[in-house]
Amino acid sequence: MRLFVSEGAPGSLPVLAAAGRARGRAELLISTVGPEECVVPFLTRPKVPVLQLDSGNYLFSTSAICRYLFLLSGWEQDDLTNQWLEWEATELQPALSAALYYLVVQGKKGDDVLGPVRRALTHIDHSLSRQNCPFLAGETESLADIVLWGALYPLLQDPAYFPEELSALHSWFQTLSTQEPCQQAVETVLKQQGVLALRPYLQKQPQPSAPEGKTVSNEPEEEELSTLSEEDIAMAVTAWEKGLRGLPPPRPQQNPVLPVAGERNVLITSALPYVNNVPHLGNIIGCVLSADVFARYSRLRQWNTLYLCGTDEYGTATETKAMDEGLTPQEICDKYHVIHADIYRWFNISFDIFGRTTTPQQTKITQDIFQRLLARGFVLQDSVEQLRCERCARFLADRFVEGVCPFCGYEEARGDQCDKCGKLINAIELKKPLCKVCRSSPVVKSSQHLFLDLPKLEKRVEEWLERTLPGSDWTPNARFIIRSWLRDGLKPRCITRDLKWGTPVPLEGFESKVFYVWFDATIGYLSITANYTDQWEKWWKNPEQVELYQFMAKDNVPFHGIVFPCSALGAEDNYTLVSHLIATEYLNYEDGKFSKSRGVGVFGDMAQDTGIPADIWRFYLLYIRPEGQDSAFSWTDMLLKNNSELLNNLGNFINRAGMFVSKFFGGYVPEMVLTPDDQRLLAHVTQELRHYHQLLEKVRIRDALRSILTISRHGNQYIQVNEPWKQIKGSEADRQRAGTVTGVAVNIAALLSVMLQPYMPTVSATIQTQLQLPPPACNILVTDFLCTLPAGHQIGTVSPLFQKLENDQIESLRQRFGGGQLEESLELKVKPSPKPAVVETVTAAGPQQIQVLMEEVTKQGNIVRELKAQKADKNLVAAEVAKLLDLKKQLALAEGKPLEAPKGKKKK
Amino acid sequence: QTPVLQTNNGPSLTGLTTIAAHLVKQANKEYLLGSTAEEKAIVQQWLEYRVTRVDGHPSKEDIRTLLKDLNSYLEDKVYLTGYNFTLADILLYYGLHRFIVDLTVQEKEKYLNVSRWFCHIQHYPGIRQHLSSVVFIKNRLYTNSH
Repeated sequence: MRLFVSEGAPGSLPVLAAAGRARGRAELLISTVGPEECVVPFLTRPKVPVLQLDSGNYLFSTSAICRYLFLLSGWEQDDLTNQWLEWEATELQPALSAALYYLVVQGKKGDDVLGPVRRALTHIDHSLSRQNCPFLAGETESLADIVLWGALYPLLQDPAYFPEELSALHSWFQTLSTQEPCQQAVETVLKQQGVLALRPYLQKQPQPSAPEGKTVSNEPEEEELSTLSEEDIAMAVTAWEKGLRGLPPPRPQQNPVLPVAGERNVLITSALPYVNNVPHLGNIIGCVLSADVFARYSRLRQWNTLYLCGTDEYGTATETKAMDEGLTPQEICDKYHVIHADIYRWFNISFDIFGRTTTPQQTKITQDIFQRLLARGFVLQDSVEQLRCERCARFLADRFVEGVCPFCGYEEARGDQCDKCGKLINAIELKKPLCKVCRSSPVVKSSQHLFLDLPKLEKRVEEWLERTLPGSDWTPNARFIIRSWLRDGLKPRCITRDLKWGTPVPLEGFESKVFYVWFDATIGYLSITANYTDQWEKWWKNPEQVELYQFMAKDNVPFHGIVFPCSALGAEDNYTLVSHLIATEYLNYEDGKFSKSRGVGVFGDMAQDTGIPADIWRFYLLYIRPEGQDSAFSWTDMLLKNNSELLNNLGNFINRAGMFVSKFFGGYVPEMVLTPDDQRLLAHVTQELRHYHQLLEKVRIRDALRSILTISRHGNQYIQVNEPWKQIKGSEADRQRAGTVTGVAVNIAALLSVMLQPYMPTVSATIQTQLQLPPPACNILVTDFLCTLPAGHQIGTVSPLFQKLENDQIESLRQRFGGGQLEESLELKVKPSPKPAVVETVTAAGPQQIQVLMEEVTKQGNIVRELKAQKADKNLVAAEVAKLLDLKKQLALAEGKPLEAPKGKKKK
Repeated sequence: QTPVLQTNNGPSLTGLTTIAAHLVKQANKEYLLGSTAEEKAIVQQWLEYRVTRVDGHPSKEDIRTLLKDLNSYLEDKVYLTGYNFTLADILLYYGLHRFIVDLTVQEKEKYLNVSRWFCHIQHYPGIRQHLSSVVFIKNRLYTNSH
């Protein structure tokens, strides 16, 4: 047989390794052909490697060639091996060829390369660590190992592209890479040039399409039942029998919550939402809700927990908003702070403090940190070229400039960062800058500013990260962002701005300037704590005793992972620095992005008007939490998950368990006589509970939710198989069996109520009331499954927990919030909504119409501003203002927002 | 959507060809997976072809290439492995059905070998299931186009 290969064709690697492994190499004649040569007569496009068999047939698939070589040695493939090979062909290869093409042909680096394959790598790692075997298909090496190793080798041999947290993948990869056949294959194919050896081949290939589409799947990963040992079962039974005695004594409530020496002290922050934006579902899941689940979990574990957040209120955007609404910045902040607080209250977010950044404490702490940095020589002074819009008469904050990205040419790059290539931009480097407010071209003016000397602090922050990162739970995206920042080297960052609405700079010559949000927003966490307790330093200057978890979306990582740590390290005041930085990816809305301006998506204040309870929102958002990859909110999927997971699985199980106790046993938990089957179930539930704990300890919130659903699935199966409703009508022994099954089931329901508390607090409390769960068991979750409802315990009244979501209800909501069918809703359709109270005010308009109105509002706003600036005739101004207000009213209507009463106050 | 099979013993299986091969073995019909090493590898190669090339959203151009290649491959073959009917024929038949139903009479003649093979498989007992029967005309209409 003859093998055709080509210089740098990646497929040669697994084929040669397989040939060496299967000792078929001796009979193999190898011919090298050009990358564009058509070897197989019936294929239009060139393909290598190809194996021509002695019969004249051709094998043109890399996996099939490897398989053939293995089969010749008498090694057959089992189901698991086949599954890996199919996965390699359908999932890994598309992602991997995109990554290799970006890296080798296009010279891209970092996350551009790793992004497409990250999910696949994580999948392999998880599978290896879950099954706890050295190889993919079990204890011994198989074809799957050779094929996957060969595919991955070119990328993973460069440590820069091997995510360090994937330790199971690491050891698997090392094991294979050190084998003789693999080493020889590497030698032959890569010729010690690393991945660049693939260039002659890859550059002749068409660009692979990015493996998109699959990234937004919200489907759960496969659940696998692992095996139980006799020991596991015995331990589960012993723990169960301890009952309520298995619970530790509850820890006393403190107010204020302060760190306690010798305890686990957990400080949790959620990124501070910017005050004048109403948060959308993506913002909510990205920080406050994710942090809330962890905070609630942390309290269930009896860790000493403080969860804080607040509104970020300073900055240009507030000033502009105030101008638009005719209020002072302070009034704007007061108004919107309440809106935020109400939204989070509705979502049941368990803040210990929800503060704000515009407080005297903020000024005091920010100025103190600044003074310390200044005294230690970490502050530079320089004049800065800045964009100034003459028409709006002010310096433009980065977010108010738009233009063409100097790096990638993206047309809508913002003044601070390009959304396309992710690079940070200095606003004046933008090509064709435009003022976002009036669309005129700004001019460059110079002004004196202060800079944080990050290059001088770089070494300290690197040392700190080296100590902190290993073994911590920083999410992979956060690690990656930090690593790429440090690799590119830090540059001095400007920390002052020509504004009024901000923390004043305590330095001569800078009286008219304030600190830039870069510098002072993250100090908000400290000042918010200081407003909660005067002993705030016990939390924030106590790195030995406090574990700090910070939650945010990934765009916020540099501020929390580099900039604030630099300020804190430079201030040399023993500040508590982040131990675990938890960053989410982005949540999309249906097929696109959330957009306030286009009226697309659900925003925090609208969720309550849908008639869908807060816990259902929480559940669905957490179910699709963009953990490890972007995900998408979809109305249809929400309906599906509510009706299948909540109603039919979880709700059905808990309700049935309770109903059996009420109906068959007069509301008293019956005697339980455990059979070996019951004991196995206890062990399975215990195992899943442990898994839940492991996941939540690593802040894998979405995955832990799956464990809850798995337990209730076990419960449903248990009831289904044992049929207590039939047994109850049978003999004495049958009746006893019915009692045992009912008793075990209702105890699983009790366990679920506690596990559910971080996710759905209201539903959790409802279940606990229905079951009359003893108070000590309600708020503590241990790692064992205990019998907390012993025989004889009386439960309360049981009623259904969830309601079905109907298609037409969801369809009308989808219409109302845009997305999906955008075009047809252009003619201002009025849709009746489930709650009569909002019918009058809510109309749905198409995003295009909203866009037109937005532009008109902006245009009219500029006319008014100009007239005012020219000190034009009052009546003329009043007439234009009236037009503006009318336009705004139309816009509000079109966006489906309730009309606000006309403002009584007018600024003089 | 990738299919998942939850088995009674052991973990679930994911993927069309993995599940199909598993079920074939369960039904004691191993011959459908090929009997020699060569046949087995060829069957798996075409199963992979099905899930990587035929499934998903191939462009018009991709479909043309695919049919052209297959047509030339089948020129001297009754089945994908040559002389034996296998799982590869079954799964490729199911996968290609959506494209074949849309072919014009002229295209069916252009891909004559594919048409012959396809027509043969759809008449194989128990294969067609709920799929529509595709009509192929025996008399050639466009003799000079070939």
